[in-house]
Amino acid sequence: MRRLSVIALALAFVALLIGAMLELGPAAVDLRGPVAAHLVQSGVSHTVTAVLLNYRGYDTLLEIAVLLLALLAILAALGDMPDSPTRAAHPVLQTLARLAAPLMIVVAVYLLWAGAFRPGGAFQAGAVLAAAGVLLHLVGLIPGWSLPRLRLRIGLAAGFVVFLTVAALLLMQGALLKYPPDMAGGLILLIESGLTISLALILAGLFLFLSQEEGGS
Amino acid sequence: MTLAFDLLLALSLLWSAWRTLTTPRLDRAIVLFIAFGLLMTLAWARLSAPDIGLAEAAIGAGLTGALLLDAYGVLRRRRAES
Repeated sequence: MRRLSVIALALAFVALLIGAMLELGPAAVDLRGPVAAHLVQSGVSHTVTAVLLNYRGYDTLLEIAVLLLALLAILAALGDMPDSPTRAAHPVLQTLARLAAPLMIVVAVYLLWAGAFRPGGAFQAGAVLAAAGVLLHLVGLIPGWSLPRLRLRIGLAAGFVVFLTVAALLLMQGALLKYPPDMAGGLILLIESGLTISLALILAGLFLFLSQEEGGS
Repeated sequence: MTLAFDLLLALSLLWSAWRTLTTPRLDRAIVLFIAFGLLMTLAWARLSAPDIGLAEAAIGAGLTGALLLDAYGVLRRRRAES
């Protein structure tokens, strides 16, 4: 009996939610027009990339900062880990990973380049690169990471540093991340390249630093 | 045809989400979570947002799935030791 009443209440709540959804009016501000109107000055021809890196560039700047901070927190919580040997997977798996990794790198570069005029961009490219790293680690071809050395540290921070430098230089002209229209394309590509490298290392690091604990995966 | 596909996709999304939450076995829940992520990718593609679909496939299904499986492996080893 009690179960039935709970189910009835849940169903009533679902009905209420669906009713509320149907009641929703059109969005108060329609931004599709302004976005399309200023696309020529944004330096890219894909609306999503234009919004992410030009109109609302500071959102993306803060996103990469948050990801970097998350990785730093993990490193701080992990402390000093001893190196552990990686277990080699079956040769067939290793060969497959060897074949897949170069393809994934090519796909990542394509996604980065394609971001300017079709779906793609730094986050997707970085995620594919990170997946390649995780794949190579899982089959035992690259070891897990313990303490990041200088080169890795530079790579982890590069995207944020490049983005912040561009933002600071542009700030001197008056507004945060307001690219001059003739340089916008180049600046966005520069920022996205840095972002791709850092995102790949940060996302792969989330896995490769953590799997170092308890003798690797 | 596309309507049937969309309905099937929505139903399988809800079903896999429900199974992920209710299945008593942890390993099965993780595999179901990865399947849910891949179905979600299809849903984003159907909503003509391939950007989010790509990110979902790589981060949601791929990296998170690998992390969860790794954590499960550690848990199982710990249980075997004790």
